[in-house]
Amino acid sequence: MIPLEGQVRIPSGCAVSAMISRDGRRMNGEQIIQSMVPMHDRSNGLGGGFAAYGIYPEYKDFYALHIFFNDKSCQNECMTLLKEYFEIVQDEHIKVRKIPQITDEPIIRRVFVSPMQSVLRHLQIDEKELVVRTVNRINAQLDGSYVFSCGKNMGAFKAVGFPEDVGRYYRLEEYEAYCWTAHGRYPTNTPGWWGGAHPFCMLDYSIVHNGEISSYDANRRFIEMYGYKCTLQTDTEVITYIADYLLRRQGLTLEETAAVIAAPFWSTIDAKPEAEKQMYTYLRNVFPSLLVTGPFSIILGFEGGLMALNDRLKLRSMVIGEQDDMVYIASEEAAIRVMAPDIRNIWSPAGGEPVIVRVKEGAF
Amino acid sequence: MELHAAELGFQELNEKLRETADREITLTGCIGQRFLAAGTAGKYVKINGIAGNALGAYLNGSVIETFGNAQDAVGDTMNAGEIIVHGNIGDAAGYAMRGGKIFVKGNAGYRAGIHMKAYQDKIPVMVIGGRTGSFLGEYQAGGIIIVLGLSGGEKPIVSNFPCTGMHGGKLFLRSDCAGIHFPHQVHHRIAAPEELAEIRCHIEEYCAHFGGDPDAILNAEFTLVTPDSGNPYKQMYVAN
Repeated sequence: MIPLEGQVRIPSGCAVSAMISRDGRRMNGEQIIQSMVPMHDRSNGLGGGFAAYGIYPEYKDFYALHIFFNDKSCQNECMTLLKEYFEIVQDEHIKVRKIPQITDEPIIRRVFVSPMQSVLRHLQIDEKELVVRTVNRINAQLDGSYVFSCGKNMGAFKAVGFPEDVGRYYRLEEYEAYCWTAHGRYPTNTPGWWGGAHPFCMLDYSIVHNGEISSYDANRRFIEMYGYKCTLQTDTEVITYIADYLLRRQGLTLEETAAVIAAPFWSTIDAKPEAEKQMYTYLRNVFPSLLVTGPFSIILGFEGGLMALNDRLKLRSMVIGEQDDMVYIASEEAAIRVMAPDIRNIWSPAGGEPVIVRVKEGAF
Repeated sequence: MELHAAELGFQELNEKLRETADREITLTGCIGQRFLAAGTAGKYVKINGIAGNALGAYLNGSVIETFGNAQDAVGDTMNAGEIIVHGNIGDAAGYAMRGGKIFVKGNAGYRAGIHMKAYQDKIPVMVIGGRTGSFLGEYQAGGIIIVLGLSGGEKPIVSNFPCTGMHGGKLFLRSDCAGIHFPHQVHHRIAAPEELAEIRCHIEEYCAHFGGDPDAILNAEFTLVTPDSGNPYKQMYVAN
C-alpha cells in the first residue's frame, strides 16, 4: 500500500528541461535525455519522465492512451470499459529496454482509440470531453489502472528512476518529436511511484513542474467541482487540470491562463495601463481559486507549442535559450549548454512572465 | 593545475580542487557542477564553461573567476575572497554573504544580495554591471550593493520590490530611479559626491576586471538607498 499525501514527507528538488523546433523539425530523444545529466542531483531517483509531441504521425487522428496496469485483470477491466466508448485501433506493448536501474514495472500499454460517434451523439458531448471523462473515470474508479497520457500525436513516458535512466528504458532515441519536455523528480510530501512521476497529461496538455503548490487544496477543491479527479497523490496534476479547464473549456488564451495561475500582485496590477489593469483584475476576480501559490517553474506542452512559467515570486529557477529555430528551456543553464553548447541568447524570464513558443502553422 | 571538469561530478571535482597544493587552478569544460571551490581559502580558480549552483559557497578567501554565466546562489554565505563573473548570474546571488566581493559584468536574476550582512571590518560588496530582477537586496542587513545598469537594454535598472525588508547596509543604483517603488522603511535619494567617493574603489576594481572608465561610470546620478533604521521594529510591533 503506497502511503498517501500527508502520510509521508520527503524533502525537495526537481529538474525540468525542454526543447522545441519552431520549424517543426522532428528530433529523437537523445539530446533531451542528455540535458538531464548535469541536473542529476536535482532528482533522487524517485521519478523521471518525458513528453514528446509529433511522435505518432501515422496515428495522428487517434487518441494515444498510455496506460499502466498493476496486473492482467486490471487491464481486462479497463479495456472492457474503453470498448464501451471507443473503437480500439491498436493495442500494443510500449517497447522498453530492461535495465537494472528501472525495476517493479507495471504492465505498460499503448492503445490508440477513436471515440464512437454513437456515444458522442448519445451523451451530447464532443470527443475531447469524452476522453477527459473516461480518463478521469478510469483513474479515479478502476483500481490498478492509470491512463498517464491521452493526447493525439503525442505521448508521455514516465517511471520511477532517474530521468536519464527512464529515457533509456523507454528507448526514446527511437521516437522523433518536434517538442520534448523532461522532468527529474525529487518528491516533496508524497511518495515516488510510477503514476506520480511527471509529466502529467490531459488530452494534448502535459505539465512538468519543479516546485510545491501551497494552494493545492484550494485549487483541488475548485477543479474537482468541474469533474476532474485528483487521484495521483501529488500536487502537480492539479495544474494539468487547471490548464485543460482554462484553455479548452473556458477558452482562455495562454497569456490569460498564465495571468490566472501566476496572477500579478494587486500592487503590480495597479501600476499597469488601464486596459491591462482591467484584464488582470477581471481574471483575478473570476478565478481566484485557480491562483497557484508557492514556488514553481512549469513547462506546459500542447499540440504545436509550449509555455514556460514561473511563480510570480520566482522561487524556482528557469532559463531560456534560443538558437535558430530552436528554443530550449531548463532549470539550469548547464542543461541548455548540453543541448546547444555555443548558444548565445540565454536569459531568464521574470516571475509570472509566460514564455510561449509556437511551431510554425502547418509544420506539426 | 588544469582540471578537465566535463566528466567529473561535483564531489570529485571539489576534492581535487581542495587536495592540490597548487594555488592556481584552471577548470575547463565545466557543466553545472555545484559548490565549486566552496569553503576554500588561498586559491585562485579560473572556470571555463558553466559553473553550477552555489559557486563559491562559504568561500573563505579564494578568488574565483568564471568566464561564462553563473547559475543560482553565487557566493552563498561567503565569508571572504572574491568572485568575478564575466557574464550574467542567476537568482539569489550573495545570499547571506558576510564578507568578500562579488563582481558581475552582466545582469543578475531575482533576490541579488538577499540578506547580506556586515560586522565590524567585514563589509561584503557586490557590484552588478547590468540590471537586476525583483527583490534586489531583500532583507539586506549590511554590506554594499552597487548596480550600474550598463547593459540590459531598456528595462528598468531593477525590477519590482527592491529593498523589501532592508534593515542595514547601503544600496547604490546608477539611475534616478524614477518610477521605481521602494518600501516605506527605506530612504532613497540621489547620492552626494562624497558618498560616491566611498564606492569609487569598487567601481575601479569593476573596471579593472571588465574594462570601462570609472570616471565615466561615476559621472551619472546614483540613487542611494539606506534603511530607516532609527527604530526598525517600530512599524512591525508596538511603539516603544
